[in-house]
Amino acid sequence: MSTLGEKVKKIRSKNAGPFWITIDVFCGDKKVYKDVCNKLKNSKISSLFMISEQDLKRFEIENLNVIKFSFPRKIIQGDIFDRDMHGAQLAVLLSEMKF
Amino acid sequence: MIPIKVLVPSGVLGLGFDLEALNHGIKNNPDIISIDGGSTDSGPFSLGSGTSKYSRSAIKAEWKSLMIAREKANVPLVIGSCGTCGTNGMVDWMENITIELAEELDQHLKIAKLYCDQEKSYIKESYKLNKILSLNPAPKLNNTVIDEMTNIVALAGAEQIQECINTGADIILAGRTTDTAIISALPLMKGANPGSSWHGAKIAECGALCSTNPTTGVVMVEFDKAGFTVEPMSKNAFCTSETVAAHMLYENADPYILHEPGGYMDVTYSNYYNIDKKKVRVEGATWNSSKNYCVKLEGARVSGYQTSLLVLLRDNNYVKNIKKWTNKLSKFLKKEINKRMDIASSEYSLEFRHIGLNSILGELEKKQGSPVEVGVLCLITSKNKISTELAKLINPFLLHFPLSIYEELPTFAFPFSPVHSDRGCVYEFAMNHILELDDPMDAFQIKISEI
Repeated sequence: MSTLGEKVKKIRSKNAGPFWITIDVFCGDKKVYKDVCNKLKNSKISSLFMISEQDLKRFEIENLNVIKFSFPRKIIQGDIFDRDMHGAQLAVLLSEMKF
Repeated sequence: MIPIKVLVPSGVLGLGFDLEALNHGIKNNPDIISIDGGSTDSGPFSLGSGTSKYSRSAIKAEWKSLMIAREKANVPLVIGSCGTCGTNGMVDWMENITIELAEELDQHLKIAKLYCDQEKSYIKESYKLNKILSLNPAPKLNNTVIDEMTNIVALAGAEQIQECINTGADIILAGRTTDTAIISALPLMKGANPGSSWHGAKIAECGALCSTNPTTGVVMVEFDKAGFTVEPMSKNAFCTSETVAAHMLYENADPYILHEPGGYMDVTYSNYYNIDKKKVRVEGATWNSSKNYCVKLEGARVSGYQTSLLVLLRDNNYVKNIKKWTNKLSKFLKKEINKRMDIASSEYSLEFRHIGLNSILGELEKKQGSPVEVGVLCLITSKNKISTELAKLINPFLLHFPLSIYEELPTFAFPFSPVHSDRGCVYEFAMNHILELDDPMDAFQIKISEI
């Protein structure tokens, strides 16, 4: 079984203001996009990032072949317990996920 | 209407731009030059301390190029969110730099300054009157929290920038503004399509990030009644319908909706298409005015005084048992601190992060490796200024603490002298709220000066 990162073109994550994280999965083409849309369940994403499923927003952007996930940060950006202010390394977790 | 051209030199002043591209932009006769000067993107320190993230010399060098370009084009030059956080102090700091440069360049200028700081008494009064609403998720707000904040700013929108433009100023130094307002203000004023004015502003707010070559910085956006056209000014950069559309995803929790003072923009039904190799045309965004005019608030307060220590471990037994080691050490230190300094563990935070194991992802980390060495970053944060004293107490134990009592005292590696680094005051974001205004200028002031 390969990883999601091997399957798609690019996965990036970033803070969207101090209170949110957003993750973009660039699928590259329509076939991969459809496949990822069908198989990548919200429950998987929420357990990977240890957030509740109700907090997770999902956007399927067909014209760009992108699936986007956004959720509120558990720790606000720059808080003393924050480990990654820009949340950019979170993408690696999704990238290494078995798919 | 005559199309309005806005030249955006880069995503933020201080990050650099291609001078040749800037000059090319000036030759294309812009109606205004707009650049962002800040963001909350680097965390709460800038707003908390009221200081700039970028060095003054970097800002001055780039501002000089823009002041020269402005004189050539003979159009207004606008900077939003001066000095990263956009406090009044940072607007004055930017004015100071502008005055120095005006003397060097022998320029005579009219400057409009837009102040966005909020008085605590005004915020408290607005809070009492239910004029402050929380966004999701919002930190708890009350009068004590308001009192604790070191700086509170309101984000200006297009209306406040338009007031500044109407003064006839050559240079507009704005405090905290939305990234987009400095770009959308003029096209909106001149009758361009409202949805597209905001959409084009959003696309261009990071400069050439919407193109194939982000570091070149400079883009021109032309706004008209039906939509906008975006073009990078460097000969080595190209906009494609994909690079432009993809920018709506960047740093946005929602890829279709963008809230601004006075309403929101919706790009769900936008069309992006290439006019030629370089230019992209976009139409179809809508603007939805809200019933009440609201501006976003940002505030930061002191979360404590912080001192850090770093110790490096290469001994295999300790590397393998690093979590056990820091757990034991943490318990031991809390007892020692209580015994020797009479300070309860509730008065400070003591945290160990394992560099090489999971220092970035913490509990989310799934992978287990076998590192040859581990760094232990020890962070001490206290409400009062005792973190240095605590670090000094911790220092010898970090160097010598044994895993068991049956072994000789180990000695690990300290890479620095002094071992501790005082990080001083650290801050936290304390607001994710909006403020309702009767008039857009209610929370803002404009001051004019001539030099």
